Amino acid sequence: MELFQLLAAALAGGTVLLFGMLGGIFTERSGVMNLAIEGYMLLGATISYSASASSGSPWIGLLMGAVAAAILGILHAIICISLKADQVVSGLATNFVGTGVSLVLGANLTSLVGTVPLLPSVAFPKLLELGWIGEGLYTLTKQSIMVYIGFVLIPIAQWYLTKTRPGMHLRAIGENPEAADAMGINVNGLRYVYTILGAALAGIGGAAISIAIYSGWFSELTTNGRGWICVGLVIFAQWNPVRGAFGAYFFGILSRLVLDLKIPATLFGGLVANPFFLHPNYTFFLEMLPYFFTLVVMIIGANSAKAKHIGAPSALGRPYSRGEKGKQ
Amino acid sequence: MVRKFSVLLVLVAILVAVVPAFAQEFQIPEIVEGKTNVAVVLIGPINDGGWSQAHYDGAVYMKENLENANVVYIENIPEGTESEQVFRSLAAKGFDVIFGTSFGFMDPMEAVAEEFPDSYLIHVSGYKDNGENFGNLMGAMEHMKYLAGYLAGQRAKMDGENVLGYMYTFPIPEELRLGNAFMIGAKKTCPECTMIVTPINSWHDPILEKEAAKALFDKGAYVVFTGADTPAPAEVAEEYAEGNGKWGIPYDWSGSCVSPRCLTLPYWYWGPIYTSIVEGIVDGTYTPGRHYFDGDAKGLGLVGFMEGEELPEGLKDMPEEVLEYVRNYIADIEAGKINRFDIFAGPVLDNKGEVVVPEGELMEDADLDTFDCTEMGCKYGMHWWAEGIEAELP
Repeated sequence: MELFQLLAAALAGGTVLLFGMLGGIFTERSGVMNLAIEGYMLLGATISYSASASSGSPWIGLLMGAVAAAILGILHAIICISLKADQVVSGLATNFVGTGVSLVLGANLTSLVGTVPLLPSVAFPKLLELGWIGEGLYTLTKQSIMVYIGFVLIPIAQWYLTKTRPGMHLRAIGENPEAADAMGINVNGLRYVYTILGAALAGIGGAAISIAIYSGWFSELTTNGRGWICVGLVIFAQWNPVRGAFGAYFFGILSRLVLDLKIPATLFGGLVANPFFLHPNYTFFLEMLPYFFTLVVMIIGANSAKAKHIGAPSALGRPYSRGEKGKQ
Repeated sequence: MVRKFSVLLVLVAILVAVVPAFAQEFQIPEIVEGKTNVAVVLIGPINDGGWSQAHYDGAVYMKENLENANVVYIENIPEGTESEQVFRSLAAKGFDVIFGTSFGFMDPMEAVAEEFPDSYLIHVSGYKDNGENFGNLMGAMEHMKYLAGYLAGQRAKMDGENVLGYMYTFPIPEELRLGNAFMIGAKKTCPECTMIVTPINSWHDPILEKEAAKALFDKGAYVVFTGADTPAPAEVAEEYAEGNGKWGIPYDWSGSCVSPRCLTLPYWYWGPIYTSIVEGIVDGTYTPGRHYFDGDAKGLGLVGFMEGEELPEGLKDMPEEVLEYVRNYIADIEAGKINRFDIFAGPVLDNKGEVVVPEGELMEDADLDTFDCTEMGCKYGMHWWAEGIEAELP
C-alpha cells in the first residue's frame, strides 16, 4: 500500500514537471534555448487560477493559462528569432518578465482560496472490490485529470518527434537549419511555432499546479523553482521526451520519499531502524537528496552522451539567417 | 565566440546583480507629525492566510482603536540585511514604535535599536531584548493547541480512530512545546491515541506543506495539525472521501478555517496586545523586555469558541460536555484562573515513559523555551516529546 501511495504522489509531483520539460524539449529541439520555463509556468499558474475563478470553468482557466504563457513566448521568440539577440539573455529576461507580471497580477489572488473551480479528478472505485491490490491500484489511479493528460502526452510527443514529417522538420531546423532551409522548410517560422508551443506547454504545467494538483496560488512559491528543475530535466533527457518523463516521475518519487522517510520509526516493515527518525536533524540532509541526485544523474548522463555522440541539437542557441552559415 | 560569450556572461552577471537590487527598493512610509507613528513589518504578504495576515489584522485593529496614531505596515520583507535597512529607515524617519514579526528580524532590530534610542522596536518571536527600547513579544499559544488537541482526540475517539499527525516546522523548543500541549490535550479525550510527526523545515512553503500533510494522512493520521502558515492539512483532508475521511487543523489566522474538513483552528489576535503595548509606551508605563503574554491578555483564539463564531462542521456533533470544557477553559484563561504552566503540571510523562515533571510540580517560564537547561538555568526544559508521540528528539 505504501508503495502505491509513493507512486501515486510521484505521478502527481512528476506531472507538474512533465509539461514544462516537454515544452523545453520542443523549443530547444527547434534550436531556441528555453530558460524561461519558470516564468512561463508561474504566469500559466496565475492566469489559469484567476481565469478559472472569474469564468467559473477550470477548462477556460487552463486554456487562458496556456494562452498567457504563449503570449510571453512570442516575446521570447521575437527577441531571439527575429531580432537574433542572445537566447540565454532573452530567456532570463523573459523569465523575469513572467515572474514579475504574475506576482503583480496575482497579488490579490491568495484570498480566493477555496472558491476557485478546479480541474476534475479521476477515480475508479470499482477497483476497491479487488482486495489489497485493487486498493493499491485505486490509490494509484485516483489522480487529477492533468496526470492522465500528461501521461498520454509522453508517447504522443515521442512519436511526433521521431516518426512524423513535421517532427523531422523540427529536428532538422534544430540540427542543421541551413540544410532544412535548402529543403524549403521555413526555419524561422517553425522556430516561432515551437517557441510559442513550448511556452504554452509550460503554462499548462503551471495550471496543473494552481488549478489541479496542488490547487492554489502562493506567489512565487507556487512554482518554487520547479521551472528551473525542468530546464535541468531537458538536459538530463538529452532532448528525448520518454527519457525526460522518467526523470520527471523519478524526481516525483524522490520528493515524496523524502517525506516518507521522516515519519516512521522503522523501515522495510520493521527490519531496520530509520536513521531519520532517530535523528530529526538529519532530515536537513535528506531534503538535499532530489537535488543531489539531479547533479549525479547529470554527470553520468553527460558522460554517456559524450560516448554515444548524442546531446544538444547542434544549432541550439544559434539564430538562423539565410546565407550566413558559419558566421558567428 | 569567446569574446561574445564573455560579453554575455557579463550581461548575465549585471542582470543578476541589478534586478534584485531594483526589486528590493522598499517604499518606506512617511510619518505624521504630532501623532504616535507605529509601523508593523511583515515577512510575508498581508493576505497569506496565516501568520502575516494575523499581524496585519493587528495593525488594522490599532488603526481603529488607537487614539491619535498613524499606523502603517510594510509587507514581504525578507530576513537579513534587507530587513535591517527597512528597520533603520523606519527609525530614521521617526517611527515611535516598530513591530517586527519574524524570527530572523531579531538581530537587525537589536542593532537598529542601539542606534536609535528614541524608537521602540518590538520583536515578535525570538528571545533577545535590551530592557530599554528593544523588546521581545510572544504569547501562550500552547493553550489553544492544547484545546485543539482535546477536540482532535475527541473526534478520533468518536470515529474509532487513534492516530493523530503533527507537521512541525523546525526542531526548536516552540514547536516541541506546542506539539506536547496538543498531545496532552488529546490524551484527555482519547487515552489510546498516538501521534506521528514530521519536520518540514520551513515556515511557509505551501506545496511542501500539502505534500507533508498527505504523507501523514497516508501513514494513517486521522487529524493532522500544523505549525506552518497555510491551511494545507484541512485542504488535503478534503481529498480523502473514503471511510471517515480526514480532518485538518490549520494555524495562525482566524479566517483560514474555510475548508469543510477544518476541525478547528488556533489563532493569534494581535490587535489588543499591540494596542496595549503602544499605549503603554506613550504613557511611559511599558518597558520592553521579555513579554510573553498568557490567556488573560486576550490575544489568542480558537475557531468556533470566540465571540460571534459558529462551530465548524466537525465539532457540531460532539457531546455538550466536551464543548463546555473548552468554553470553560477559555473563560478561565481569560479570567486568569489558569495559566500556561497548568498545561504542563506534573505528573507529565514523556514518550519513553520517563517522568518529566513530577506530581505536584510546575514548570517555569525558562522551561518552556529551552532545550538545554545546563546553559539557560532551567529545571525541566522542553527537550522531550509527550507520551503518545512517536518521535525521537532533535
